[in-house]
Amino acid sequence: MEKSCVSIKIELDIVAARQLGRELAKQVGFSVVDQARFATAVSELARNIYLYADQGEISFDIIKNMNQSGLRLTATDKGPGIRDISQVMQDGYTTSGGLGAGLPGVRRLMDDFDIISEENIGTTVTVVKWKR
Amino acid sequence: MKKIPILKLHDYLLVSIQTEIDDQTAMQFQEDLLQKIHVTGATGVVIDLTSVDMIDSFIAKVLGDVVTMSDLMGATVVLTGIQPAVAMTLIDLGIHLQNVPTALDIEQGLVKLHQELGA
Ligand SMILES: Nc1ncnc2c1ncn2[C@@H]1O[C@H](COP(=O)(O)OP(=O)(O)OP(=O)(O)O)[C@@H](O)[C@H]1O
Ligand SMILES: [Mg+2]
Repeated sequence: MEKSCVSIKIELDIVAARQLGRELAKQVGFSVVDQARFATAVSELARNIYLYADQGEISFDIIKNMNQSGLRLTATDKGPGIRDISQVMQDGYTTSGGLGAGLPGVRRLMDDFDIISEENIGTTVTVVKWKR
Repeated sequence: MKKIPILKLHDYLLVSIQTEIDDQTAMQFQEDLLQKIHVTGATGVVIDLTSVDMIDSFIAKVLGDVVTMSDLMGATVVLTGIQPAVAMTLIDLGIHLQNVPTALDIEQGLVKLHQELGA
């Protein structure tokens, strides 16, 4: 199982992460639309790390089960955490004057979505896109 | 940071986004375009997105704001060349750009401006 990481510290790391994400999506054989979906999800999660946790890490691994291959994206930070997950998953909820489209959007862009967060400890978002 | 070139064509401004857009570049573009509208008195702007392969919520917000602010300054913006994959991704994000005029390509964009502005 291959794994690759991008640490998110400066704003340009967001671009680096989404470029690597797109590259891997291409390698796995995603359609052009799914490549765009995957790259967009990377961009959203990387920017959330940069904006709300200051720094963190994006990692990718190619996963396989019996009859499917896919790409897993994990975004981890040791930032302030999220108190009310159901609130931040609502379309339009933002604390930064954004569109509040990031997290609910990522959930729709990907096939599997999981978020674990604890106040003052940090946040980990794990998502998977399966190859169709 | 990269600079997105803005061309003047009679009363219109023409922008073709050819680079990967990072946040700084997007913000700088917003400022440059408004300044250019102010200086030239342009009444219409075409922003061509043919080469853009990803629009996330941040870039969508900047584009939406550019349209609104340009409008306040008396310039109508038309977005052109949005790729099918980008359009589908925007819908997943829940971003509809409903009040934003769009067209298939730059040529159609210019036609649309002529219609909207009745020129
Ligand atoms: N990694 C994180 N750590 C702490 N809080 C977070 C994190 N990610 C998101 N949040 C909180 O969840 C809210 C919603 O995030 P979401 O990405 O959906 O929207 P946004 O970032 O505010 O705007 P957009 O993504 O549309 O530009 C954020 O405003 C922020 O308060
Ligand atoms: Mg966000």
